[in-house]
Amino acid sequence: MDALRRTLLKGAGATGAIAAAMAAGVLTPSRVLAADYNRAAFEAKDMAGALKNIGAAGAADNSGIVIKAPDIAENGAVVPVDVASNIANTVSLAVLVDKNPLPLSSAFDFANGALPEMALRLKMGQTSLVEVVAKTADGKYYRAKKEVKVTVGGCGG
Amino acid sequence: MADPMKIRAQMKGDTADIRVLMSHAMETGQRKDNAGNTVPAHYIQSITIDVGGKRVIQGQTGTSVSRNPVFGFRVKGAKAGDKVVIHWEDNKGDKRTDETTVAG
Repeated sequence: MDALRRTLLKGAGATGAIAAAMAAGVLTPSRVLAADYNRAAFEAKDMAGALKNIGAAGAADNSGIVIKAPDIAENGAVVPVDVASNIANTVSLAVLVDKNPLPLSSAFDFANGALPEMALRLKMGQTSLVEVVAKTADGKYYRAKKEVKVTVGGCGG
Repeated sequence: MADPMKIRAQMKGDTADIRVLMSHAMETGQRKDNAGNTVPAHYIQSITIDVGGKRVIQGQTGTSVSRNPVFGFRVKGAKAGDKVVIHWEDNKGDKRTDETTVAG
């Protein structure tokens, strides 16, 4: 499965790979989601790749994004983080951990009254910047970051 | 089938505070077991939340989210009694839907 997926990724790009896998019956979604899983972004191994694949490569720094996270996390397996965007018309937020093997942790869209903010718990393998990307309704991307020092990593075996 | 989610939805002013705990291993695919074999990746990939019949939150997650993920969101304009339906699916096709109502 994994080897097949790699081959497909190389050959056809992520979207093609998913479609091909579905056609081959490898992936059988029982429910069609509004958006296909953004495999390319979530499996990107560095920040640049993850940002590019969520469309946020040119995101500008903006202090309207608030990141509440501990300065020092004793347990990297569970790092509580609160993020919020004060930028007008924010429609989605993504949270990334710079030094993790796969940096993109989550990307959420907000609609019908949902405020552009969320609380979540991250895994952090080591001391790293936590970056948040906000997307506004007009398709612009903004970013902010905060360093979290990790004393015991959460991604090891 | 995974264990039920724990969902709390509570009005604060005109905004509903929604917190959900999902019971899931969130294996990264990077970890090795005691025998040195890589533990296959197994993690939640998509999450949706509907409140009062409207889709308010839709998102995707990867392996950098902690085991047994907890998420908190706030929804303005929700009312006490609104039904909250939360759904997730993981990379192996496991899925779970749980619901509650917004407490006043």
